Amino acid sequence: MLATLLIVFREVIEAGLIVGIVLAATKGVPRRGLWVTYGVAGGLAGACLVATFAGEIGSLFQGSGQELFDASVLLLAVCMLTWHNVWMAGHGRALAKEIKGVGEAVSAGERPLGALSIVVGVAVLREGSEVVLFLYGIASQGGTSQAAMLAGGALGLLAGAGASALMYVGLLAVPAHRLFSVTSGLITLLAAGMAAQAVLFLQQGGYLEYLTSTVWDTSWLLKQDSLVGRLLHTLVGYNDAPDGAQLLAYAGTIIVILTLMRWERQHRMGAMPTAAGKADETLSTI
Amino acid sequence: MTLRSLQFGALAAVLLGMTGASAANPLTLTIKDHRFTPAEIHVKADEPSQFVLVNNDSTAEEFDSASLKVEKVVAGNAQGVVRIRPLAPGRYPFMGEYHSETAQGIVVAE
Repeated sequence: MLATLLIVFREVIEAGLIVGIVLAATKGVPRRGLWVTYGVAGGLAGACLVATFAGEIGSLFQGSGQELFDASVLLLAVCMLTWHNVWMAGHGRALAKEIKGVGEAVSAGERPLGALSIVVGVAVLREGSEVVLFLYGIASQGGTSQAAMLAGGALGLLAGAGASALMYVGLLAVPAHRLFSVTSGLITLLAAGMAAQAVLFLQQGGYLEYLTSTVWDTSWLLKQDSLVGRLLHTLVGYNDAPDGAQLLAYAGTIIVILTLMRWERQHRMGAMPTAAGKADETLSTI
Repeated sequence: MTLRSLQFGALAAVLLGMTGASAANPLTLTIKDHRFTPAEIHVKADEPSQFVLVNNDSTAEEFDSASLKVEKVVAGNAQGVVRIRPLAPGRYPFMGEYHSETAQGIVVAE
């Protein structure tokens, strides 16, 4: 029962942390709850589909279908997180100053919500499909310990959701004027970690065979498969023995996101004095 | 979409062809009753290796190894390819995450 609880807890919290960050990053944006719900619901439906067809997906591409699938959805999430951060760099400050949530701001505010909804969906899909496969395995085995193990699964689900909620509440304790910077930073690191993870899957699938030597090893300090190691892996992409290609992906993602954010911010500021810029600015501040 | 899959397929075929030459006779790791056979796999150090993971149980298993940096889900009655990066000589434990009390094994690089 304890083993089941731990496995489910781990998977749920890995998805839950990402949902928590997305919720904090969209604090005050109208209808965000709806979009996050879409993401979770879509992710759960997708998780059941992926679990059902796990054999078929796995056997694609000469037995490397799972790796290609994981890498693809991770890279999709990286693109969506990048888009969100860049969009917010242009509009976010204005939005944060006047969170009223009426009229045109709904359409303006919802643009990055679609992207974040996909990120939530991807997170729930990846971790959820493992939970579904695992619990389905228990359920189909029968035996006397079955009920206890399923109870463990349910407790793990609750504990994971609770811990994720704590993380969200913790983020909300960040003063409002700093919340934007904090969530932008978290999303940047989240994206970098996902990009490195995608590289790992591409390597595992045999699609990337350069720079595969371990650059450093910090497993003596913090093992990646410990609970803290796993949480840090999800949040900021902690890897106790990264190789060159993963480090390049990690650093490259951060550089690209920060550069695009900076460019967007300057671009917006430059456009502001013009009439069009003003109108645009008004739209995004209402 | 189809073209894309075709391209991926072609890419996969080329890459597999390249690695396939060095591993003409691939190792097989079998899961049955939530145990690995063989439970100890020997590979050459400092060379990439790969094996076919055959799951003969009806339920899914996740081949998981922090030291090998591999996480691979294999559905029930299905199989997949596990690729291992070049390893320094040493012992690298792995497990089946969904049944870790019985599903344990080790890769020995030498």
